[in-house]
Amino acid sequence: MINCSLKALGQMLAKKQVSSVELTQEFLNRIDTLNPEINAYIALDKNKSLAQAKAADIRIAAGSAAPLTGIPIAQKDIFCATGWKTTCGSKMLANFVAPYDAHVISQFDAAGAVNLGKTNMDEFAMGSSNETSYFGGVKNPWDFTRVPGGSSGGSAAAVAARMCAAATGTDTGGSIRQPASLCGFTGLKPTYGVVSRYGMIAFASSLDQAGPMAKSAEDCALMMNVMAGFDERDSTSLQRDKEDYTRDLNKPLNGLRVGLPKEFFADGLDANVAKVVETAIAEYKKLGAEIVEISLPNTGLSIPVYYVLAPAEASSNLSRYDGVRYGHRAAEYTDLMDMYCKSRAEGFGAEVKRRILIGTYVLSAGYYDAYYLKAQQIRRLIAQDFEEAFKHCDVIMGPAAPSTAFKAGEKVDDPVAMYLQDIYTISTNLAGLPGMSIPAGFSAGSDGKALPVGLQIIGNYFDEARMLNVAHQYQQVTDWHTRMPELNTLKEVA
Amino acid sequence: MALSIEDIKKIAHLARIEVSESDAAATLTKLTGILGLIEQMQAVDTKGIAPMSHSQDVVQRLREDVVTKTNQREAFQKVAPVLGNGSTDQAVDSGLYLVPKVIE
Repeated sequence: MINCSLKALGQMLAKKQVSSVELTQEFLNRIDTLNPEINAYIALDKNKSLAQAKAADIRIAAGSAAPLTGIPIAQKDIFCATGWKTTCGSKMLANFVAPYDAHVISQFDAAGAVNLGKTNMDEFAMGSSNETSYFGGVKNPWDFTRVPGGSSGGSAAAVAARMCAAATGTDTGGSIRQPASLCGFTGLKPTYGVVSRYGMIAFASSLDQAGPMAKSAEDCALMMNVMAGFDERDSTSLQRDKEDYTRDLNKPLNGLRVGLPKEFFADGLDANVAKVVETAIAEYKKLGAEIVEISLPNTGLSIPVYYVLAPAEASSNLSRYDGVRYGHRAAEYTDLMDMYCKSRAEGFGAEVKRRILIGTYVLSAGYYDAYYLKAQQIRRLIAQDFEEAFKHCDVIMGPAAPSTAFKAGEKVDDPVAMYLQDIYTISTNLAGLPGMSIPAGFSAGSDGKALPVGLQIIGNYFDEARMLNVAHQYQQVTDWHTRMPELNTLKEVA
Repeated sequence: MALSIEDIKKIAHLARIEVSESDAAATLTKLTGILGLIEQMQAVDTKGIAPMSHSQDVVQRLREDVVTKTNQREAFQKVAPVLGNGSTDQAVDSGLYLVPKVIE
């Protein structure tokens, strides 16, 4: 049951082959077994989850079920959910119980889905390995010595280890796609503005976007049907008609033009990852796609630009944590300034502080033009690269991450090396484009364990339905997305 | 431009984050590395390019000038931090938040 698609689970619930309470309990049992080792969840509330499941069973019995009614979903701990501890992976919010619901949470509630728990993440979504979390790292279910990627590392491990039916994530520079690649599942970052940011704790507001993390493209499409839509409470939410993201899943791919940016296959890409990605692209040729070579010449600049813009926005967004109205306040302080400085020094972890300091610096008097304005200008060049590329192709493909999952601790003391993890994902955030990562195969790690590799699919603005179609068709002729890590040994031990 | 320990302290003060001497030294090393990465931007000629602050060309929506939010003071005050300085009470009083005295 844990490996069933959302559609199959929905059918089983509809036919009363299983109840939502039983399904939820099954996942909670699996979480009990696996979570002490994997640390994917940082907040569980079985009574709350089961109460939602009971309500879902009543709704199903009444014949008013929606597609995700009764399905247990893991929520990244960046989304405020009333009565749930919402920490954003930070000591700053370690005791924060959200007094309201994020739009995404309200949407899942309205759909009758079950909130299975809150998942671990890099502190304030700043990281690519989940190692900056105040609540400890998350283990990659494929190899416990390796990271799951980040920042949505808990959701990633939960999906990969089948500790939920599906999960939510957020992606500011690659935080859905890079973990999807490293943990071997399907993750989608929608076009900026498609999913409301209301109640989603802000990191870099012009880049943050929530999206689904699930076992297949079809599952992601069903999740998108719940998550996407206009919300007036988010000033950058886009006013567009409601879409059915499953509508194009079954279209054939004949004549699809796939652009391969030469910059995505240059130095820095692991040779084994390149091989897997090339094999996946060959599969697309068999499906009728036409391969076009394209160029995104400013790809390399996306990292420097991002590490100006994202910290600048973060330094502003995180100024709200001052120890006055919520969050951590220092135990001892002399005056107001001392209270601010100590509360923030104690409440934030090292990486978050670094980014706040970088952001403060690039926005400070005398440096604004050289850093912030310059970065915004190059951001336009990066967006223009994509605009030009999409004149020649329908979707862009390449690797989602430069390597397979790396060892825990390997990059933790080298921020610049960690930042390079997002070389293939950041440019789409800067341009505001949708991107996804789908499982494309495996590559043997240094110690022989098979590690998943993701294929990235980047689409034009609002082209999510087509991207999901492109991913779904591949998943009809391959079975990489059905593979799951061998966790039986752990179960026996437990 | 190379950063100094003094710069780190100044930035940290602007950001309202206390840094110890040893923290400042460690931070200097890391920030210097990150700024080195950022410096790559300077090689690009951006003359005449309009800055892009947002991916969608949209303007701020307007709404009717009516009250849309309900008062949730009690719910919000429930999550107030602990006062500190020896007190384990919440830093609230009569619907207000307590902070150290700022006006003599």
